[in-house]
Amino acid sequence: MSDKRDLLILGGGLVGMTLAIAAAKKGISSHVVDRADPAELTAEGFDGRASAISTASWNLFRNIDIADALEPFGCPIASIAVTDGMKPGRIDFQPEEHEGTLGRMFPNRRLRLALFEAAQGEDLISYRPKTNVLTRHRGDHGVTAMLADETVLEASLMVGAEGRLSPTREEAGITMAHWDYSHRAMIVGLTHSKPHENVAWEIFYPAGPFALLPLLDDEDGSHRSALVWTVAEKDAAGVLAMPRSMFRAEVAKRMHGVLGEIELQGDISAYPLSFQHTVQITGDRLALVGDAAHGMHPIAGQGLNLGLRDVGALVEVMSEAARLGLDFGDAQMLARYQKWRALDSLMVMGATDGLTRLFGIPGKLPSAIRRLGMGMVQRTPPLKRWFMDEARGVSGEVPELLKG
Amino acid sequence: MGDATVANETIRPQEAAHFGALAAEWWDPKGSSAMLHKLNPVRLAFIREAIDLHWAGDIHSVKPLAGKSALDVGCGAGLLCEPLARLGANVTGVDAAAENVAAARAHAEGSGLAIDYRHGELGSLGLGQFDLVTSMEVIEHVADKQAFVSGLAAHLAPGGLMVLSTPNRTLASRALLVGAAEALGAVPKGTHHWEDFVTPEELEELLVAAGLTVGTPKGISWSPTKGLHLSDDLALNYIVTAQRA
Repeated sequence: MSDKRDLLILGGGLVGMTLAIAAAKKGISSHVVDRADPAELTAEGFDGRASAISTASWNLFRNIDIADALEPFGCPIASIAVTDGMKPGRIDFQPEEHEGTLGRMFPNRRLRLALFEAAQGEDLISYRPKTNVLTRHRGDHGVTAMLADETVLEASLMVGAEGRLSPTREEAGITMAHWDYSHRAMIVGLTHSKPHENVAWEIFYPAGPFALLPLLDDEDGSHRSALVWTVAEKDAAGVLAMPRSMFRAEVAKRMHGVLGEIELQGDISAYPLSFQHTVQITGDRLALVGDAAHGMHPIAGQGLNLGLRDVGALVEVMSEAARLGLDFGDAQMLARYQKWRALDSLMVMGATDGLTRLFGIPGKLPSAIRRLGMGMVQRTPPLKRWFMDEARGVSGEVPELLKG
Repeated sequence: MGDATVANETIRPQEAAHFGALAAEWWDPKGSSAMLHKLNPVRLAFIREAIDLHWAGDIHSVKPLAGKSALDVGCGAGLLCEPLARLGANVTGVDAAAENVAAARAHAEGSGLAIDYRHGELGSLGLGQFDLVTSMEVIEHVADKQAFVSGLAAHLAPGGLMVLSTPNRTLASRALLVGAAEALGAVPKGTHHWEDFVTPEELEELLVAAGLTVGTPKGISWSPTKGLHLSDDLALNYIVTAQRA
C-alpha cells in the first residue's frame, strides 16, 4: 500500500492510456490496470478497426508528444461526403485550404503501439497488463483496488476507463440510458482500384449506415479504405456466414463503384452497436472517461474523439486542483468535470443518434425530405460550418490540451 | 483561565459550541458545510494569485509555498489548512472549538498531511510569526474585532502576506446569506448574525489601525451559470490581502 498514486485508471485502452500519458505530462502519477495482453492487442490482425482522429484530438497527441511517431501512419480526410443511399443531394464537407484537414484516419493498432511506447518511458505511469481487478473500494481519503494476486493499489481518484461495459461504473450504481440499436457493425479492410482522394463516405441506407474511411496506401501501392457496414442484428448471422465472394459482391453493390473494383483485405469482424449515455459521469472519488461514460454509434467517428475530450477536460481540472492544493478526489473538482463533459457528450451523441434514426426511416417520402435537408445544409454555410467544427472537435469549450 | 484572560476573550462561547456540533459533518461535501466546500476553490484561486504576486512565484508550480509557514485562524476542520499544506507550507491551524480541532487532526492524518492543529485562543498559544496568515469567514463571528485583527497582525512575519474573507454588511447579504440561505438550508441556522458583518471600509480601518496596508478586495458572487465565482461585486462576500505597512 506504500505506492499511493494520484490516479487509479481501470482500463488501459486507447482512452485510459492516453489519460495516463497526458496526466504524467502534468506531473500526475497513475496506476493503469488492464485485463488484456499488449502483445496480443498490437499483433497484426487482432483489431482491424481504424479511428478518425479529429483535429482537436490530434492537438492532444501533439501536446503529449506522440504525434511525431504516429504521423507516418495517418491518412488525412480532406472531405466527407454524406449521401442518402447514393441518391442525388449529397453534402460535401470540405474545408478551405487554410483550414487544414477534417481529421486523420489511423489503424487502431498503430494508436496502441504509439501509446504503449510513450507510456513505457514514463516513470509516473505504473502499468499492469494481463491483470484482473477483484475488488474496488472508494473511501474518505482515497481509493483502492485489489488485484487477483492480492496486491492492493492505492490512489486519490479512481477512473473507470474499461469501455461501455465498465464494471467500475456498474459497481458504482451509475445507470445509463441505453438504446440498443439491434444492429451490428461489420468492419473490414478494402483495397480498391481507384484512389479514394482522401474522401470519407457516409452512405445512409434505411437498414443502417455504410461508411468508407480512407487509409494510407499499402506498401505495394494498392489503395485502401476501412469499411464499416451496419446491418440489422437479425441479418448479422447470415451476413457473417456469407462466403467472402458473396460478401464482397454485397459491399460492391452498395458502393456504386465510387472506388472502382474492390477486394476484401483481412478478416471481417463484427461489433454489436448500442447507444449508451450516463447523465452522471462522476461519483465519490470516481470519474468515468471514454465509452464507460458514453458508448456511441460509430458512424460519425466521434466515439474516440469524445473520449479524448474527456481526457483533456479531466487532466485540466486536475491540474487546476493541484495549483489550488486540492485533493484529486475533491468533490468540487469532479463537479467541474461533470458539468463540462456531460453537456458536450450529450450534444454530440444526440446529433449522432438523431442522424441514425433519421436515415433509418424507409420509404420515398422520408428519403426526399432527407435529401432536401441535405441540400439545405449544403447551401447554408453556418450549418455546414457547425457540422465541420463538430467533426473536427473544435466547437464548445475545448480543453487546453486539445488546442493547437 | 483568570479574569484577565476572559476580558480579552474574542470568541463567544455559544458560537464555538455551535460549530463544534458541526465538526463531524465538516468534511462531507454534501453536508451542512456544502457552501464552504463550494466556496473553497473560489477563495483558493484568489489566495493562489495573491501568493504568486506577493512572492513573484511560478504560476504553474504545485508547491508555491515550499519553505514557508502558514497560520489559519478559525480553521474549522481544516478545509483551508489541507490545501495550504499540499501547496508546500508548514501549516498551523487554530480553532476555538476542541471538536473542530479533533476532526481536523483525524482528517489530516487520513490525508497523510502533517498539520499542527491547536485548540484555543490565538493570543494565548504563543505561536510566533508566519509568512502567510489567513482567516476565512471568521471575523464576522468575533466580538472584539480590533483585538482580533491586531492579534492576526502580530503573527504576521515581516514581508508576509495576510488574506481575509468575510460577508459584507449590505441589504443583499442580509436577504441572501442570512434570510434565504438559512431558509433553504444552504447554511445551518444561527451561522450568521447580519449585524456583526463588516464592510470593506470598516475592515480596512481595522487593518490600518493594526499597522497593515490593504490590497484591492475582490467580491465572491453567485450566478446561475457560473455558480460561486470571483467578481468585482463586493455586495455579498469579499476577500482581501494585507501586508505590513
